Formats: sequence, structure tokens, C-alpha cells
Amino acid sequence: MTALATESRTAPSRFAWFAADTWVVARRHLVRLVHRPDELLGTLLIPVMAVAMFGFVFGDALGAAMTVPGGEYREFLLPGLFALTMAFGIGNTTISVASDIRGGVLDRMRSLPMTPAAVLAGRSVADLLTAAVELAIVMALGTLLGWQWHGGVVALLAAFGLLALLRMAFSWIGILLGLPVSGPEAAMKYFSLLFPLAMVADTVIPTDLMPTWLSGPASWNPLSATVIATRNLFGNPAGPATSWVAEHATALAVAWPLAITAVCMPLALARIRRIAR
Amino acid sequence: MNTRTSTANTRPAVRCEGLRKSYPRRGVVLDGLDLAVAPGTVHGLLGPNGAGKTTAVRILATLQRFDSGRAEVAGCDVASDPAGVRARIGMAGQYAAVDEVLTGRQNLVMFARLHHLRARAARLRAAELLERFDLEAAADRPVRHYSGGMRRRLDLAVSMIRSARVLFLDEPSTGLDPRSRNEVWEAVRELAAGGTTVLLTTQYLEEADRLCDRISVMNHGRIVAEGSPAELKARVGGSLDDAFLDLTGRPALLTPRSSPPLRSPDTSRGPRDGMRGVA
Ligand SMILES: Nc1ncnc2c1ncn2[C@@H]1O[C@H](COP(=O)(O)OP(=O)(O)O)[C@@H](O)[C@H]1O
Ligand SMILES: [Mg+2]
Repeated sequence: MTALATESRTAPSRFAWFAADTWVVARRHLVRLVHRPDELLGTLLIPVMAVAMFGFVFGDALGAAMTVPGGEYREFLLPGLFALTMAFGIGNTTISVASDIRGGVLDRMRSLPMTPAAVLAGRSVADLLTAAVELAIVMALGTLLGWQWHGGVVALLAAFGLLALLRMAFSWIGILLGLPVSGPEAAMKYFSLLFPLAMVADTVIPTDLMPTWLSGPASWNPLSATVIATRNLFGNPAGPATSWVAEHATALAVAWPLAITAVCMPLALARIRRIAR
Repeated sequence: MNTRTSTANTRPAVRCEGLRKSYPRRGVVLDGLDLAVAPGTVHGLLGPNGAGKTTAVRILATLQRFDSGRAEVAGCDVASDPAGVRARIGMAGQYAAVDEVLTGRQNLVMFARLHHLRARAARLRAAELLERFDLEAAADRPVRHYSGGMRRRLDLAVSMIRSARVLFLDEPSTGLDPRSRNEVWEAVRELAAGGTTVLLTTQYLEEADRLCDRISVMNHGRIVAEGSPAELKARVGGSLDDAFLDLTGRPALLTPRSSPPLRSPDTSRGPRDGMRGVA
């Protein structure tokens, strides 16, 4: 027992421990997902419903409003839903963090000789890997609907990169929201706020079909930049690039998530240290 | 076990002096707590609900800050060397802090890895602990299908991944049936026999009496009496029940289905006849 207890790797750097701990925590969340794949449903429900609603029910009407055929509207729609999938993953993040606080798992991890930052970083890494699975599902569904990408492999990978950046930003927002929350139920409240935020963007309805007072804020929604940029990368119709945001979509799709992460990550780390009070 | 308390002149494994803590809206919770736990002993923090037991243990385990006073665990100062404390302690909180979705084995391996054991050592340690806590049959079932006792045993197993010098157990047998509770007690005794210092909180007299070498009775955030079970009984010339009622103004809780009725000081002791170290 004593032999085991003293047997650990010989003095790796602090960063090596941080990376190793992060991976252990991330793997825990992924193993959970294998046990309970239904936890993905919360994230996928809205994008999948949106595929049905906007793809089929309103697809032709919205296409007509944009003066394009319904099929082309669906090509326009899918990148919006990819970004929505990234955004709705936030529910899982927040609930997971809040349950770990309520259940004492966070306390247990805090009493271990590991850095609490790895607890949060592990959650974020798990979010990214989970998002890849969710994205694959929505993409498969989109392909069934006739969606396809027309760009090259590099453009495809670049689009994945932008979506991953967006998920990272939402992951840290979710962690920050989950930390002070007293339980998973309270976390659900934020989830309903997300719906309008995700819709008032260039996601399912083109901003030029919105009333002008709404189209301004909608195009400045961080989701819009990612959606427009990925539409371009996938070679899907993106509407006229008339606004400043649309012209600089790719740069903004990088800048927005990085800025959000740069704000939320340090706040979350500060908050986890403050829990001790 | 009581004989070990006589090794008095060694440095306490846990010591705090004048520990104070108040919460903004709640007010004073710890009101100058003094505590000294001799190494290798089982020390009970006995007190009614709301006395401040959990707060005290969480502060000692570096999970919570305190306002003033001094605290030292396993030779490390809690305020200035929390990492040193963390490397030497184990902690099992009031609620089983394990992942409900993972299996018992997956929980143990994960926490062993976070204790920085190598992959192979972590798996071996998990198997060892599963055997020791009689969880082998359920090892590969998700924890959400465990009974309360099994969960608690798993929680204890997790807190014993490292052979910690000091182990904090917050109400280790609350919510357990008598059989599981006996298993937990047995595990705690074994640990103490192996040299681990155990500081546990409890609301149950029987637990304090049967398991602890020394008891600190806590009420309103301070220690109101301290001694071996026998000393405390001798002081009031009756049972621990009387001592508890006397000191805290509240009757103690009975361990479910295993204690004789309250107010039966000396005659009908029943299961508690085998009390050790009678004065
Ligand atoms: N985070 C907190 N904020 C405010 N009050 C708290 C907090 N934690 C505990 N308390 C209060 O402190 C008192 C002591 O609590 P606790 O240490 O849990 O006692 P015990 O474990 O002995 O039942 C209780 O009245 C409780 O309501
Ligand atoms: Mg308590």
C-alpha cells in the first residue's frame, strides 16, 4: 500500500500534471456519455427539431421569401444549425458543473493534490469532443436532407475549426454560469434564455428578412459571424455580404470566441477559487 | 484502542486554536474552536445538527477559509500550506461524492489517477479497495444502482486511495443500515490500527462511544467538553446520553434500530454493554 502510494511519476512539470489531470477529468465525462448517451439529447433536440421545422415545414416558404428554391434554403440553413448545436451544448456544460458542486464531486477534487483549473479544463475538453459527435449527427442528418459542402478539404477543416472555437467559447460561458448555481434545476433557467439568443442571429432566418431594429443586433450576435464564415467555407449560399459583419465574418468568427473565452475563463478560475469562502 | 491516547507528548496530527468562522447572513458558526487530535487515534466531533461540525472539518480539509485562529494538519499549516495538507489527508464528506453514472471501479480509477498514481497502479489500487470494502460483485455496475451503504463504502474507499496520514469523515454512518454501519466502523478501526489518524463527526452517541478514543462535544461552534468516552461518562456520573443532554441541551440521536431507548442510564444497556475503557 505504501509502495503504491509513493509510486508516482518522477517530478513532471506542473504543466504536465495539469495536462494529465485535465485528460483524466475529460475522459470521465466521455465515459459518462458512453453510459448515458441520452444526455446528448438535450443538446440535439433543438437542432434536430429545427431541421424538421425549418427544413421541411417552413423551408419552401422561407426559400420563397429569399427568392431561392427550398433546396437552396436548406443548404443555407444547415450551417446555422451546426452553430446552434455548438451553442446548445452549453446546457450540458452548466448542468454538469452544477451537479458536481451539489454532489460534492467538485469538493472531492478540490481536496486532491491537483489543480482545480484542471477540473474546468477537463470539462471544456470533453465539451469539444462531445461537440464533434453532435456535429457529426447533425451533419449526417443534413446530408440526408440534401445538404453538402462544395469546398475543398482545407475549407472543411477550417469550418470545423471555427465551430470548435465557438463551442469552446460557449463551454466557458457554461462553466461560469454553472459554478455559482446551487443545483442542476437552477441551471436550467439559463437554458431558456439561450433560445432567443440563438435565434436572433443569422442562423435559421436570414437577417435581411428580419425587421431592421432586429437585424442589427442579430448580425452582431457572435453566432452570426461563425455561421456566415462556415457558409462561405462549405460553399453554401450565404446571402448578400452587405453588412460589415458579413464582410469580415471569418475574422470575427475567430475573434468573437477568443474574446469570450478570454473573459469567461479567468472569471471561472477566479470563481472556483472563491468557492472556499 | 483507548490505550493509544496515552502517547500524549507527540505532536498532534490535527490541531486548531481559536478557530473562528462566520457567514455573512448566518453569523458566527465557529466561535473559537480548540481541538487537538493525537496521531493514530480516532477522534469524534460529537454535536447536534448545526453545531458547526461540517464547517470545522471542511476548514481543516482546506475546502473552506476561516476568519481567524490557527489550524494545523499533519504538520502543515492549513492557511499557508494548503497543498501540503491536501497531500496528507483523505476526506469523505457528508454526502457520497462519487460520479453516479460511472461504475464503482471507474470512480476509483479516476480518483486514483487524480491522486497521480500511474494507470497500472491506479487499477491495482482500485481492485484492492473494491475487495477491502466488499464491493467486488458490484464493481462494474453504475453507482446509481448502488444501495446507500454501498455508496458510502465506495466513498470511503475513494477517500482511502492514498494511505492518508489524517482522514476526515463527516458523519460516516448517517443513513446506513446497521450492517453497513458496522462495516464502515470496522474499516475505520483497521485504518486507525494501521496508524492513520481519523477525525470524524457524528450525531450518534453510540458511534462516538464505540468507535472513538476521544470525543470532543461541540455545540454552537465551540467545544464544550472533551475526553475519552469513559471520562465523559464519569464526569456526569451517568451515561453519554446524559452528558450530551447536559452539555448541549438537546438529546442525542439514536443510531437507527440498534440503540436502547434513551433515558436508561446504567441498567438496560443492551448492545452497548461491551463499552470499552470503563473508568
Ligand atoms: N455556506 C454557508 N453559508 C451560510 N451558512 C452556512 C453555510 N454553511 C453552513 N452554514 C450554517 O452554519 C451552521 C453550521 O453548519 P454545519 O457546519 O453544517 O453544522 P453541522 O455539520 O454540525 O450540522 C448551520 O447553521 C448552517 O446553516
Ligand atoms: Mg454536518
